[in-house]
Amino acid sequence: MSTSQVKGQITKVSGPLVIASGMAGSRMYDVVRVGTMGVVGEIIELRGDTASIQVYEETSGVGPWEPVVSTAAPLSVELGPGLIGAIYDGIQRPLNVIANMAGSYIARGLEVPGLDHEKKWHFVPRVKPGDKVSAGTILGVVQETPLVEHRVMVPPSVPDAIVKSISEGDYTVVETVAVLEAGGREIPVTMLQKWPVRESRPVKEKLPPKEQLVTGQRVIDAFFPIAKGGTACVPGPFGSGKTVIQHQLAKWANADIIVYIGCGERGNEMTDVLLEFPELKDPRSGRPLMERTVLVANTSNMPVAAREASIYTGITIAEYYRDMGYDVAIMADSTSRWAEAMREISGRLEEMPGEEGYPAYLGSRLAEFYERAGRVRVLGQGDTEGALSVIGAVSPQGGDLSEPVTQATLRIVKVFWGLDDRLAARKHFPAINWLTSYSLYTERLDEYFRASAGPDFPEMRDEAMSILQQEAELSEIVRLVGIDSLSPRQRMILDTAKSLREDFLYQSAFHEVDTYCSQKKQYGILQAILTLHHKALQALDEGVRVERITSLPVKEQIARARVTPEEEWDAVHQRIMAAISAEIEAETAGVKDRR
Amino acid sequence: MPLEYTTISEISGPLVVVEQVREVHYDELVEVETRDGQIRRGRVLEASTGRALVQIFEGTSGLDVTGSRVRFLGKVLEIPVSPDILGRIFDGAGNPIDGGPKIIPEKRLDINGSPINPFARAYPSEFIQTGISGIDCMNPLVRGQKLPVFSGAGLPHAQLAAQIARQATVLTGSEPFAVVFAAMGITFEEADYFMTDFRRTGAIDRAVLFINLANDPVIERIATPRMALTVAEYLAFERDMHVLVILTDMTNYAEALREVSAARKEVPGRRGYPGYMYTDLSQIYERAGRIQGKKGSITQIPILTMPEDDKTHPIPDLTGYITEGQIILSRDLHKKGIYPPINISISLSRLKDKGIGKDKTREDHADVLNQLSDAYDRGREARELSVVLGEAALSETDKLFLKFADEFEARFVKQGANENRPIAQTLDIGWDLMTMLPRSELKRISDRNAEKYLKPRISEGAAPAAE
Repeated sequence: MSTSQVKGQITKVSGPLVIASGMAGSRMYDVVRVGTMGVVGEIIELRGDTASIQVYEETSGVGPWEPVVSTAAPLSVELGPGLIGAIYDGIQRPLNVIANMAGSYIARGLEVPGLDHEKKWHFVPRVKPGDKVSAGTILGVVQETPLVEHRVMVPPSVPDAIVKSISEGDYTVVETVAVLEAGGREIPVTMLQKWPVRESRPVKEKLPPKEQLVTGQRVIDAFFPIAKGGTACVPGPFGSGKTVIQHQLAKWANADIIVYIGCGERGNEMTDVLLEFPELKDPRSGRPLMERTVLVANTSNMPVAAREASIYTGITIAEYYRDMGYDVAIMADSTSRWAEAMREISGRLEEMPGEEGYPAYLGSRLAEFYERAGRVRVLGQGDTEGALSVIGAVSPQGGDLSEPVTQATLRIVKVFWGLDDRLAARKHFPAINWLTSYSLYTERLDEYFRASAGPDFPEMRDEAMSILQQEAELSEIVRLVGIDSLSPRQRMILDTAKSLREDFLYQSAFHEVDTYCSQKKQYGILQAILTLHHKALQALDEGVRVERITSLPVKEQIARARVTPEEEWDAVHQRIMAAISAEIEAETAGVKDRR
Repeated sequence: MPLEYTTISEISGPLVVVEQVREVHYDELVEVETRDGQIRRGRVLEASTGRALVQIFEGTSGLDVTGSRVRFLGKVLEIPVSPDILGRIFDGAGNPIDGGPKIIPEKRLDINGSPINPFARAYPSEFIQTGISGIDCMNPLVRGQKLPVFSGAGLPHAQLAAQIARQATVLTGSEPFAVVFAAMGITFEEADYFMTDFRRTGAIDRAVLFINLANDPVIERIATPRMALTVAEYLAFERDMHVLVILTDMTNYAEALREVSAARKEVPGRRGYPGYMYTDLSQIYERAGRIQGKKGSITQIPILTMPEDDKTHPIPDLTGYITEGQIILSRDLHKKGIYPPINISISLSRLKDKGIGKDKTREDHADVLNQLSDAYDRGREARELSVVLGEAALSETDKLFLKFADEFEARFVKQGANENRPIAQTLDIGWDLMTMLPRSELKRISDRNAEKYLKPRISEGAAPAAE
């Protein structure tokens, strides 16, 4: 850290941008305290001894001649036990602590550490004196929540060393839990690490994704899956259910840790998460979901520069847990608001604008962010792997996907869940358009699917998709000349497609059973729909009328499948499969009899 | 007495540049005295060493470069508040225009407010009965929600807003209730409609009005909603009142924002609106809500007219991304003579699930909502089909749904501008309408509710024709 403290003077204030002179000696992205109120800012441009500073708090009342003091450190987050269950603003100030200090509104100039420095945690060593350790080695663990074992690691900056002393006990995050020795020098290690948010944390190597991030959402898991360590985006106009999808993933995705970033969105939505997550149970452990969740909330009316930082704050916390060897998933709702924050700052800096006023570096910033995702081999723990999956919502203006943020995002991410206004208007949720969405992980995950869902799952999925494609073409014809012009086989395709849409793709986030669908059940429903389809086509060839098949009683059973509780599913599945065979046989037999 | 400057170097649109300024702060309140002694107010948009860029609220006409005197007041724009503010009418800059005395302030509040800490928010969940079926049943409003009305030129949004202001009540208890009304750039007639209506019904006694008319200074409109919301926050969170804030017309507000942005030569975003419009709008809309430990609440109904009825236009679009749903008015329904012309299919209240059901409205509310909306959608589809292929091409079921859609519009959506329908009556009309359809087509209602509400109506047999 720098020794002399740089102290300059404000020369201009324009909204969240402050220009100060006399800042020679400060570095890019150093955090500064601005004005007599001491609001927090970050240097984003240096020209001679003049610095441009983006300020994370409201600058109303700040004026020229007031001082600017550099902290000589980049914007960093505090990493250690106590992150899980917390709710932070964009620069990692705990909102609950702020509420206790300043009441219902967010006050300015508050200095609050990201972690509680007083709270004691019970630390259990995993190494003993004399052991060799290096950056990333797990020194010990702390049970952070009943769901999460917090692994205290050697910070990345520490060289290879030998453990000199370490002992079990109750410590605060700032107390020394171990002393390491390297090159004759003693290095005390606390449970608290600081890391600059704009820098990604180091890993041993990046690996291609191989496992699926199971979300319990049928349209996503079956048709457009995302891999652990993968990237996805959800663009959609307002009211199409972006936030519901993000919430559903935060609730049900089989990740160990969830970091949810509410970036420039509604205040009440964050309150909803805060109230709901402690109540909801993780389907695998039965524990409250809040025990694996970190929230970063910088709502739309909070300062715009902190919104820009919130994305980085969130992903740095996520990387930290990934480094422990966890599967982490991060939801950013919405990256468009982040891009808008960038645009606002860029405009005030009078930079040359790119498309629609967004800065020319929009694409590269988005790419940098999404590239922090991935499956990795982590530092210091042999072959331990961790994964960081990123799911970003995009809010295109007017639902127009040609706008710059969506386009820049699509160039990077591997999964595209395109939300469709028309589906939402027809109350089809999740309103993911199956004709335009895609996942580039589908093939990579095929082997995984064969093992985890069913040996013929990829083929079933492809067939279902093809039926839906045919439906789109056939409905054009129906619209023009009416349904009577279709052959019985074509009418059967329409009927099966309808069943796929209503009984498989449609999923209610608010129904207590339907909100989460296991892979087994997904496979079962799909199998039932397609088996009925195949047998129906055969029956049509035998001369059964299509109206007879489309009104079979078993269809009612299939329609109820999605709301069948998981524990009853096996029995129900068998019943349905048996009913399909029996009913179709009866129809076929009926035709033969009449002959 | 603050220093006075006579050093204006430039006046351009709503902006004034003052040079050789000794001490100035960003966002500070500024007074400019014209040569003939008029006082204009403004705020600092950019504070540099020795130079300040000031936005004048009341407009710059009549200002000159040499003869105007500028004072920086060392505080942000504030509004005086006290309980006496109820029943008063102000102009868009907060000066009384009802002939009454000035407000003797209990305190002065910064009109920009501060963001509510998301951690301190309480989730909105108390149903507000507006007496309008299209809202109460289909798009229920709850205390602390922000639910805009997307309208178009010539549609009756003013009547609808006035009716909501007049009729809004909660079913539980009688807590103090107030209306804060902010008019931005609306015509005298429209403003007069509201004032007359408030006076006629006595609502004026529990209302505070801020009126910026179409011919009032454009830039003043930027301050108007902020003043209204500051008063609302005072009434809600310090005086424990439930406040309904009506902001009309947000389109004019956004246009004022664009004007300032253009005068500053900022890089524009979509359609010339500034890139920060989302943030700016959110700083208005997000001031709705409930706070833990406080009795009061702020519910917002912003009204905006969609240019060309286009909801992808930046103003409705950005609004929709911030607010918790939207009530969209339909020109087709309006032409059919249906008031209120609420387009049920595309209107949405995001908080609907939280405010309805047993102990809040009635246990069958969710079923009725889902079933009516489903059946109406099917009816509309059938209607479209019949336009293309002729009514003869419809199946018997489709014909039933078509008839249902017509009846739904005529009996459920349509109601009188002074008709205050209790929610129970609204739900009952819904059940009456459902008797038009066979039970097998009513898939969204539970057997229990069907038994309790549908069966008696069918056995009476007279329900569909009972008018």
